[in-house]
Amino acid sequence: MKPFTATLALSLALSLPAAALLVGPVHAAGASDTDAERLARWQEIRTSIFGDKVVATTDTLVKIDAPVRALDASLVPITLTMPEKDKIAAVHFVIDDNPSPYAAHITFGPAADPGEIKLRVRVNNYTNVHAIAETKDGKLFEAAKFVKASGGCSAPMGMTDEEAMQGMGDMKMKFADGGAGKATEATLMIRHPNFSGMQMNQVTRDYTPARYIQKVVVTQGARNILTLDGDISIASNPVLNFAFLPEGGEPIKVTASDNQNGRWEHSFPLPSPSN
Amino acid sequence: MAAQHGGSSVRFASAHKETRRMSSLSANRRQALFGGLCLCCLPTLGRSAEGFGLDEVGPGIFIRRGPDAEATADNADAIANIGFIVGEKSVLVTESGGSLTDGQWLRAEIAKRTDKPISHVVLTHVHPDHCFGAAAFSDDKPVFVGHHALRSALDARGEYYRNRLVEILGPDKAGSVVYPTLEVKDGAEIDIGGRTLRFTAHGTAHTNCDLSMRDSGSGILFPADLLFVTRIPSLDGSLIGWLKQTEVLKAMGATKAVPGHGPTLVDFAPAMADLTRYLTTLRDETRKAVAADLPIDKAISSIGRSERDKWVLFDTYNGRNVTQAFKELEWE
Repeated sequence: MKPFTATLALSLALSLPAAALLVGPVHAAGASDTDAERLARWQEIRTSIFGDKVVATTDTLVKIDAPVRALDASLVPITLTMPEKDKIAAVHFVIDDNPSPYAAHITFGPAADPGEIKLRVRVNNYTNVHAIAETKDGKLFEAAKFVKASGGCSAPMGMTDEEAMQGMGDMKMKFADGGAGKATEATLMIRHPNFSGMQMNQVTRDYTPARYIQKVVVTQGARNILTLDGDISIASNPVLNFAFLPEGGEPIKVTASDNQNGRWEHSFPLPSPSN
Repeated sequence: MAAQHGGSSVRFASAHKETRRMSSLSANRRQALFGGLCLCCLPTLGRSAEGFGLDEVGPGIFIRRGPDAEATADNADAIANIGFIVGEKSVLVTESGGSLTDGQWLRAEIAKRTDKPISHVVLTHVHPDHCFGAAAFSDDKPVFVGHHALRSALDARGEYYRNRLVEILGPDKAGSVVYPTLEVKDGAEIDIGGRTLRFTAHGTAHTNCDLSMRDSGSGILFPADLLFVTRIPSLDGSLIGWLKQTEVLKAMGATKAVPGHGPTLVDFAPAMADLTRYLTTLRDETRKAVAADLPIDKAISSIGRSERDKWVLFDTYNGRNVTQAFKELEWE
């Protein structure tokens, strides 16, 4: 079974029965695939996301930093670096062999400093991961990396669903001031289990329905910093590192929503500039 | 997460290297013996079992030293310290083994030494290297003793673990999920004739279902995987919880212990001091990293380095332990 079936688009929830069906077959596939098979899969995914648009390869516009072998498949740290940041409008992240490959789409607003993004993802298999940078003139550039991991989407969470959902929607934000006139680095933490739909409930022995953060909007006043569209491939308790260009003293506002109508809003005062 | 011991033979190389590194440490005779040999490369379970044999660590207490290696087809996941205690009436199995094959081996070893019935099999926690040998004892109809949270942990992970073991060992050797038939809530006592085993169900520590026991006959403590020796501890429950449980274990006052991994019998205090030092280092350095806004990927590559030469399989597990610790402590 090809891991991307009908659930590729970010906006489509991976429904419970579909997830349950996926568990067995995806487990064994992937590690031994040939390069040609991987390429074919990527081309199919790319077409389904970007249609006929040309996607050029790049080793300068976006770079992926990921562990070659994931130590914990349910929390794989990813860093996307975009050195020519003034050109960047958005970045997409795809985990080819995950059951729902399109992991994240981040659109940068006028208040963003899109030089670097860090996120944490689940990796279900030996897979290529792709980052696609979208420039302000609408062109697409891709970079790839191979990651060895297994079982990240179905890995049990080690606690009950109720425990995993405790404090759902709580947020923390930490700032590191880059100095006068420079971008401020921010770490956004959101309490949310981000159930993949492939994890088994300890009590009912059914698969816990997918419940994941779909959208995160970060703004300062009227200026958008970034918008994240997420999916089940984002690790539980999502953490996002990014940078922004503060203007005035207005707080940073974060709105997060999930696929089951959960919606949370928090406001974080900026650190005082004298520090 | 927690895919425990799910590694394949790809991990061979690092285990090999780290086993060798151990030989440079100051060590007692047993450590030197095991550290100097590459035990993970022994070709078959039969031979490795023969090589290890069973140590009689106390009167009527027989323990097999599990090699400090990942599960492979060759070692049949026989990597934990497993064994049995002979009472006047019956036999209690301290750990079931890491696979059906491993459990069957232990059962045969018991039969060589005693014809007393096997009345109890202890499932110390959910990890496959400790509980996938249980099915080998089904015909004995023993009481399977486990923590009250073990059943639900097996429900959540058992199938996942079995799939991983089947990939490595094949379906006939892997073993299957066996539920506890005696669920220990706080404590329990089991009399096997002339000696009593006192069980303690611990709060979340190494996992969320750790069970320890103490033998009244010898005074020896069986902390299972709440105590790792030589092999790097693996964190799959709660770092703060584990440190708390080390105090609970210390308060029991035992001088000798059979750890879940490592030599078959150790002096409890120094072994627990080593474990506590590792966990404390992990806690303190992770807290420092969180306070300094260090991103998790940087934390993984920098935390715990002072412990690198002190544990076998450090490179395989330390990063995962840091990941677990970071997840737990970043919300403090």
